[in-house]
Amino acid sequence: MSASDDRHAGLNLGKTDTETDDAASSDVFGFWMFLMSDAVLFALMFATYGVMLPATAGGPTPASEYKITPTFIETLVLLTSSLTYGMASVSMKHGAHIRRVLGWMAVTLALGLMFLAMELHDFSDMFSHGAYPTRSGYLSAFFGLVPLHGLHVAIGSLWIVAMMAQLLVFGTDPRVKINLLRLGLFWHFLDIVWIAIFSTVYLPGLIR
Amino acid sequence: MSAPLLPAVFGRFGWHDLPFVRAWENPTINELIGAGAGGMVVAGAVFVAVLLTVTGRWRWLWSEWLTSLDHKKIGIMYVVIAFVMLARALVEANLMRLQQAVAIDAPGIVAPDHFAELFSTHGSIMIFFMAMPFLTGIINYLVPLQIGARDVAFPLLNAIGLWLTGSGAALMMISLVIGKFSTGGWSGYPPYTEIGFNPGVGPDYWIWAVTLGSIASTLTGINIAVTIYKMRCPGMQLMRMQMFCWTSLCTAILMVFAMPPLTVATLLLALDRYLGFHFFTNALGGNMMNYANLFWMFGHPEVYIVILPAFGVYSEVVSTFSGKALYGYVSLVIATMAIAVLSFTVWLHHFFTMGQSPSINAAFGIATMTIGVPTGVKIYNWIWTMFRGEVRFSTPLLYSLAFMMTFVLGGLTGIILAFPPLDYVVHNTLFLVAHFHNMLIPGTLYGMIAAYTFWFPKAFGFRLNETWGRIACGCWVVGFYLAFMPLYVLGAAGMPRRTQAVMETVYRPWLYAAEVGAVILFCGLGALFVQLWVSIRHRNANRVFAGDPWDGRGLEWSTSAPPPEYNFAHLPHVEQRYAFYDDKRKYAPYARPPHYDDIEMPKNSAVAPIIGIASAAAGFALVWYMWWLAILGTLVIVATVIARSFVRDTEKVISADEVRRTEDRWLTAVEQARPIPREIESTSANQGLAEART
Repeated sequence: MSASDDRHAGLNLGKTDTETDDAASSDVFGFWMFLMSDAVLFALMFATYGVMLPATAGGPTPASEYKITPTFIETLVLLTSSLTYGMASVSMKHGAHIRRVLGWMAVTLALGLMFLAMELHDFSDMFSHGAYPTRSGYLSAFFGLVPLHGLHVAIGSLWIVAMMAQLLVFGTDPRVKINLLRLGLFWHFLDIVWIAIFSTVYLPGLIR
Repeated sequence: MSAPLLPAVFGRFGWHDLPFVRAWENPTINELIGAGAGGMVVAGAVFVAVLLTVTGRWRWLWSEWLTSLDHKKIGIMYVVIAFVMLARALVEANLMRLQQAVAIDAPGIVAPDHFAELFSTHGSIMIFFMAMPFLTGIINYLVPLQIGARDVAFPLLNAIGLWLTGSGAALMMISLVIGKFSTGGWSGYPPYTEIGFNPGVGPDYWIWAVTLGSIASTLTGINIAVTIYKMRCPGMQLMRMQMFCWTSLCTAILMVFAMPPLTVATLLLALDRYLGFHFFTNALGGNMMNYANLFWMFGHPEVYIVILPAFGVYSEVVSTFSGKALYGYVSLVIATMAIAVLSFTVWLHHFFTMGQSPSINAAFGIATMTIGVPTGVKIYNWIWTMFRGEVRFSTPLLYSLAFMMTFVLGGLTGIILAFPPLDYVVHNTLFLVAHFHNMLIPGTLYGMIAAYTFWFPKAFGFRLNETWGRIACGCWVVGFYLAFMPLYVLGAAGMPRRTQAVMETVYRPWLYAAEVGAVILFCGLGALFVQLWVSIRHRNANRVFAGDPWDGRGLEWSTSAPPPEYNFAHLPHVEQRYAFYDDKRKYAPYARPPHYDDIEMPKNSAVAPIIGIASAAAGFALVWYMWWLAILGTLVIVATVIARSFVRDTEKVISADEVRRTEDRWLTAVEQARPIPREIESTSANQGLAEART
């Protein structure tokens, strides 16, 4: 493996566009740093959630509020959207027609919005049981953590729209390529965070 | 409070939120001080606006400074913010000292809640809007020059960081004129800062000012780390970097990892206050210990964020003015990294008394003492660097010496506080106040002023007045000892911190001494301003255009003073540590290169000012519940970011001809300059060309 192959492994332009790949080196690395910072944000919200889990104040508990079916479907939807974004990255990298890139991104966007719609439905369901964030420390922590991920997905979706517009205006110029790499990192990062939410918030909540 | 005025537009603002109205209706000394402070902010703003209008410099300010993406100009603007905020926070410090000195068995001059505002703003400003902008400015200015780069990795992000810091500082200033600030101290502990106890605008000002500063520092951290990792010039291996770059790198990494806890803490507090969540409330399962942990997970690394850059400055200053290479470079690098890592393992020592088990306290106490070891290593490094060196007692070196003595004292009291049983005795007393001032004044402020004095000639092309520099240094040192050593005594005698009135008359002499010290510290700032004024007036006699007034070691000294926008006409190639120092002795660093190339630099951009103003407006609107403005500000930010992503024309080209003209002018000046021996470097004979003595 040469030096340029293992640089920001996974998502890169490699030898398909060495000039942009060089320029991407520090841009994409900077985005990794941002993601690390963002990861600290989530880590602290997870820790807060863990500490506040017993603080139900006589109100709704995880076992009474979490439902496996919708959250499992949400997981599948989001994971699939990562796959479709990966397809967009690969088609961009290997110079496929711009329509193909746009197509995969549109699918990703649709899946992202579907995830958000399902999540909002979950929340309104919880609200209808009186599980408001103002009800207890536990619910505050839940609504501090899970919607924070949702907010990230919403921002990611807005970003996808902006990038689709840029693809239409500029085609795959170096800036668009680099930003698609960064968007990819962001989108896959949200997947990882969601897996953590699914396995440390929803699954243990159902056991109890 | 009075009824709100047009709530749909102005939120919860009413006339009585203006200190002038309060002082008019109730002219006590307390209210008059508040109105006077507000008046000074307004007068200052008006004065600057009039000055800019009279001299016709608005356009110049906008196109040369506010929209510039040049890392050097951004660095200078950071330092300007730091000095303005330092002046305000130092006035507040003097007011607090005066209050405690006159309020012995008497009411004094400021009311209790006003006193609480004073210590809250003093602490918040000194950390977030003095120390942070100062060190960020110095790092911004120096790091690209020292690693042989033309700019930072993300110039626009850099400007956005500056503007967000400026917005936070602006909110702090606005809080003097409209409404009141928090009374919850710089750490803003809930539940006291929760809506139940504190429904006013104060904690909200604190939340949004600090959040803006916190986000700005995260962005800066990312930018500086990427710059150092990715933008070093050919041959500049990590272990060939100047020590200041190493400490900047560690600070940047700490910023990336330690600012998010602060953002989380302030935003969760905001959720509690605005939407009725129960993160830190007393009722319904809220837990304020989470806040204490979150805040100090930021708060302790923050101590090293503000101290490490100063360590880098001292390393440069001591080595330059001793005419010797830094002693134990590798051990200093390892010590810096060790401090950066250990800084994440000690946060709990800020609340030993808040109910953990003794074994947890013991573990954190031991970790705290461990962090003294790498710091001790550094002190020895600096001492050995001076040993048998050709030491010149210039102003920056005097600050470094004062730092070494004073910081060791502060470290010793830190070890006392690291013992949980001893901490129980002096916790929440003035002993603690004395300790952290004893760390931060030498550990940050002296370092930043030393950096300002040391690199000022590089940034502006002329030296600062040495006499006034020494007077300022004397004031800062004498003032510090007079102001803070008495606080150790008072703290050990049991005087609690943050006390508005004192009942114990035996404290009187110590409080008087501290008051005198505070006045002398204020004179120190005054002397700095006089120094600046005198130096500007005599600038023509003290020009060092050739760029190397102190026989410097790093690449930053190998350019003209001030450096051209592009820093280096040709990116340097370095073969070793201190390449420039060696070049001067063995080769010809000022040789004219055979050809020049076009250089691409980032174009000015209005994006950062727009984002900065919109975020200040949104923050202000959130404080006052002006929802329309909060939404508008947020939309402007989002729209600006998206619009900017569609801009492709972001670079300008400096033609090879222009580069040649600039470089020729400088190289001619270098040829005409007389090499200056070190002994007379602080006289007007210094034209910025050091005599290369071996």
